[in-house]
Amino acid sequence: MSIQTLIAEDQPEHFAFDKESEKEIKKAISKYPEGRQASAVKSLLYIAQKQNDNWIPVKAIEEIAKRLEMAEMRVLEVASFYSMFNLKPVGKYYLQACGTTPCMLRGSDDVMRCIKDKLNISSGETSACGKFSLLEVECLGACVNAPILQVNDDFYEDLDYQATKELLEALEADNQPAIGSVMGRQGSEAEGGATTLKAAKRSGKKT
Amino acid sequence: MPKLTVDGIEVEVEDGATVLQACEEAGAEIPRFCYHERLSIAGNCRMCLVDMERAPKPVASCAMPAGDGMVISTKSERVKKAREGVMEFLLVNHPLDCPICDQGGECDLQDQAMGYGHDASRYSENKRAVSEKHMGPLIKTVMARCIHCTRCVRFSTEVAGVADLGAIGRGEGVEITTYLEKTLASELSANVIDLCPVGALTSRPYAFVARPWELNKVESIDVSDAMGANIRIDARGNQVLRVLPRLNEDINEEWISDKARYAIDGLRRQRLDKPYLRGTDGRLHPARWDDAFAAIAGQMKKTKADKMAAIAGDQIDAEAMFALKSLFEKLGSPHIDCRQDGAKLTAKNRASYIFNTTIAGIDEADAIVIIGSNPRIEAPVMNARIRRLYLNKQVPIAHIGPELDLTYPVEHLGDDLAVLETLASGKHPLAKQLKKAKKPMIIVGMGALRRADGGAVMALCHQLADATGMVNADWNGFNVLHHAAARVAGLDLGLVPGKGGKDVQGILSASSKGEMDFVWLLGADELDTDLLAKPFVVYQGHHGDKGAQCADVVLPGAAWAEKDGLYVNFEGRVQMARRAAFPPGDAREDWAILRAFSETINKTLSFDSLSELRDEMVAAAPVFATLDEIQPAKWSKFGRAAKLKSEPVEAGLDEFYMTSAISRASETMAECYQATLAGKSAIAAE
Repeated sequence: MSIQTLIAEDQPEHFAFDKESEKEIKKAISKYPEGRQASAVKSLLYIAQKQNDNWIPVKAIEEIAKRLEMAEMRVLEVASFYSMFNLKPVGKYYLQACGTTPCMLRGSDDVMRCIKDKLNISSGETSACGKFSLLEVECLGACVNAPILQVNDDFYEDLDYQATKELLEALEADNQPAIGSVMGRQGSEAEGGATTLKAAKRSGKKT
Repeated sequence: MPKLTVDGIEVEVEDGATVLQACEEAGAEIPRFCYHERLSIAGNCRMCLVDMERAPKPVASCAMPAGDGMVISTKSERVKKAREGVMEFLLVNHPLDCPICDQGGECDLQDQAMGYGHDASRYSENKRAVSEKHMGPLIKTVMARCIHCTRCVRFSTEVAGVADLGAIGRGEGVEITTYLEKTLASELSANVIDLCPVGALTSRPYAFVARPWELNKVESIDVSDAMGANIRIDARGNQVLRVLPRLNEDINEEWISDKARYAIDGLRRQRLDKPYLRGTDGRLHPARWDDAFAAIAGQMKKTKADKMAAIAGDQIDAEAMFALKSLFEKLGSPHIDCRQDGAKLTAKNRASYIFNTTIAGIDEADAIVIIGSNPRIEAPVMNARIRRLYLNKQVPIAHIGPELDLTYPVEHLGDDLAVLETLASGKHPLAKQLKKAKKPMIIVGMGALRRADGGAVMALCHQLADATGMVNADWNGFNVLHHAAARVAGLDLGLVPGKGGKDVQGILSASSKGEMDFVWLLGADELDTDLLAKPFVVYQGHHGDKGAQCADVVLPGAAWAEKDGLYVNFEGRVQMARRAAFPPGDAREDWAILRAFSETINKTLSFDSLSELRDEMVAAAPVFATLDEIQPAKWSKFGRAAKLKSEPVEAGLDEFYMTSAISRASETMAECYQATLAGKSAIAAE
């Protein structure tokens, strides 16, 4: 990964934090003691990414370095270390597909195949229409409802080939479906509804 | 002080020492890649694993503090196996390109693979490929060879103070690069080449030039600045191919500047290899030594001694300067000077022109005032020491002169020397801080001393030193920072105008008015040579630089790497530079030229060999009797109180790469100069 492939070729000329971001920055920096403001680097990168359509331009890195009195290189190191920070523009819908063992056992390969069939993109690529980007990530921490596809900040769970296809079609029409399990289960209860404790009443009495 | 047992040997180490240091104390050799004495501890290569009693696994000795009662084994079967495992992992992605790698023969990985490597690899997968990174004209990168020890990153951040190097990505995808692949903007950048334990960072100008075992190694002294860094010159045949630092804790530790390392290609270009005479057509024509001497002698016969002058340059060895002075004494001319830039220094009082604190003494200082100097380019390695002092103790550092980035924060007191007056009279708030400090120091550069009011600056510095108690029995905080390697030796030898003699400015203005008929330039190029159009000029030196172009007779001399010569660094330390190659063509050593010429005018100098010359020189200036040691100088009055001029004070040098005849002839230095210009204009454009 040379620097040319790491960061976007077309960079904006300027970057400035907006009012809302400024508020959050103040809050993030105030969490750390005087002289330790560099600890807020990840928060600031996240704020910059949120403000700038889910990616961080070089100018933002330099702005953050200036604010936190860090070397620009140190900020770039942090930004390039975490896969959650995008240094290149991504589509409106940023798909993060989990491929770690539980998701893989539950069919994440089908999810990935569906994305490939539908959008013709692999991990790290953006679709021709520019609306979707895909990244294969490690565990998203929702293994009980595997496999998972994260769309921007939201989780879609219990996916299979067909459900993924429907999800992508809905997103394509900018008609985002309800988040959570696509088979409609509550939280992580058993498939097909509860099987035990059916008689339990919410009386607080011991059963 | 913890006591521990290493391989059955009991050792006691200092508090805060690591297990690795304890093992070395006990004589056990510990292989390592990331650990380096002068850098912070990273602990990421895992090559230094040792066995510790009661520890479940081998421990990384470089990152483990030595504790009382530890029992360490460095030779157990488990240690050997663990290190072999580490080595095997390091080699998973390391290319087997030693035959085409410039590090071959002096590679830590190669050497240690002899001890801990397997004869064959167990991996059939493809190796990782990494693209080359741009780091400027000095550093060649082959990043597929990188083992991510991060020595270079730590060096540039901690020592050089330029945090442009870093590691991007993570895990197997980690790559070392500069920020957006810009040039590593440090005067010490090439030291990362020495630090790199593999062939990832190698020397660009030296790429594919030679193998280490073909080279003749000569221990010498650097003359690109006045610090006198200890260097090793590597030559093959009659070509100086590279310069490496040599360890000297009191001077350069183990770093040298980029100019010291890379200006040597200037030794091969624009050299004067035969005598030249200016013909009637106004051009210089090659001549024989006899004819050149005869031409000079003929001119001398016509000239009165009072109309003859001599100027010694900035990189001349003490022997040549002594010979020049002896010759002009015999001729009876008082017009001789070694202060090309017109610094208002006198030769009378040694404490007034040397760096009294000494370079090693900087480590003890607790307040510094820098006046009219940019130590970052005038003595980059010393500047790294000041930076370390700041990092360790956060001492207050103030600076009078143009605004500069010295790699550590300074309190900028403006560029008007009037502030020096308020400091010396105790009215400035900083004066109190200096008075309170136990070991304060001032560093005065040539920017302040070459002014017309340099004498007054000296007087004020003396006053400031006395007022703040900078000088006592075991501390002298008054320091002059020279950037000309020959200057202190010149002053030690008294190459200053005699009674009624003219200094450099006087010689030049008299020449332009036609009052000076004969000028001998001994390697003096940093002059306004337009003023030398009228007199008969003899240029004795090694490069066809400014001085040779205005000369009527050119005498080819040897450059510093082509002769044995004594140099005195700005601390007043006499050191010997040694010959690594022979001068080209008809060029001769400078003292020998002067000796031979003296015979043709029947003023034969009294020495016939270098050792006889040195004996006489020691008799005239006893400081030359002891090599490598500093004689403390007696503190007494100097300077001349006068009104200061109101012009802003400059730094001694404002450009690093092209400061002498050798560095101006160097292609590498020219590339570096262009690269910094490009870097500066990029910043200006933003």
